[in-house]
Amino acid sequence: MSRIARRIAAIALAVAGVAHAQGDARRSGFDFMSPATQAMQRDDTSNPAMLWVGDGEVLWRAAAGRAGKSCADCHGDAKTGMRGVAARYPSYDLTAARPLTLAQRVDACRVRHQQAPTLAPESRERLALESYVALQSRGMPIAPPDDARLAPYRERGEKLWRARVGQLDLACAQCHDAHAGERLGGSVVPQAHPTGYPIYRLEWQSLGSLERRLRGCLFGVRAQVPPAGAIELVELEVWLAARAAGMAVDAPGVRP
Amino acid sequence: MARAIVTVTQTAKRGDVIEIRTLIGHPMETGFRVTGEGARIPRDLIRKLTCRYNGDIVFGAEFFPAIAANPFVAFHTIATESGTLSLTWEGDNGFAQTETVAIRVT
Repeated sequence: MSRIARRIAAIALAVAGVAHAQGDARRSGFDFMSPATQAMQRDDTSNPAMLWVGDGEVLWRAAAGRAGKSCADCHGDAKTGMRGVAARYPSYDLTAARPLTLAQRVDACRVRHQQAPTLAPESRERLALESYVALQSRGMPIAPPDDARLAPYRERGEKLWRARVGQLDLACAQCHDAHAGERLGGSVVPQAHPTGYPIYRLEWQSLGSLERRLRGCLFGVRAQVPPAGAIELVELEVWLAARAAGMAVDAPGVRP
Repeated sequence: MARAIVTVTQTAKRGDVIEIRTLIGHPMETGFRVTGEGARIPRDLIRKLTCRYNGDIVFGAEFFPAIAANPFVAFHTIATESGTLSLTWEGDNGFAQTETVAIRVT
């Protein structure tokens, strides 16, 4: 065996050792980022998403709608009341008779209990509340509910994940399963685990939801992009949550 | 009013070098971009950041279109006496915001 071949074998063994030691080949998008971007996320004093979190904390305590109630009036302190909640979404909602994402659940709460209008998708207020609630689950494992009613949505989501779509005829799985860790142009293709949402994406110069990211990816493969709030996107989120079950939430994340 | 996050060590010894980290929510619109319909998006920038330590300017920065949205600026100064650090951002369309933080020097 040549020296180079031996070295490659040693590296392969070392890499396999790391993967084996952790027992899990899944990696958060965080692990694919540059050290500078990682540092930006790690420190809350430099993570721009905290600007939205601060707004969310104010909104949490502010009375809204005709009922004149705030989120805190029912849920109490978010630090205890909302602990682990974001890790369980999307969850099945009885009244809506379909799964709702965290942001959609916030909207449902506004309509049902605060008698307030829904918040526009990707609006500052909606992202603020979503990020504030998501922050309370930081470090907790993603825990999709063991709910039989979610199963058909998850299956359709997985089908969509594997279906080739758009003029580029690409499926999500072709990049994010088969070529994760490789490069698309200058960017590393991550494994697409929704651990950090809502994320402050440097490309957006703003906070954005998982739905925005999914729509962006679909636009990228030149597929017909479902409208905001479409059930297909929720189905994909249900599947992604199942796929990332057990991974730690690192919301609100920074992504390149 | 924009949201700003200012982080400073609350207590320091006289002569210590302290770090001040600032983050402010602002679109930093360059004025060079156009909408999907071709209309020019008007420029909206923060132009200046000034830090005063008990009234004396200890740090200043000018901002230009190439600065990202929600600008983060970190800098250092020497802790001389207890008092307040006051940070003022000024910009287009009459944007002006001041945040103050107290610092105790022993």
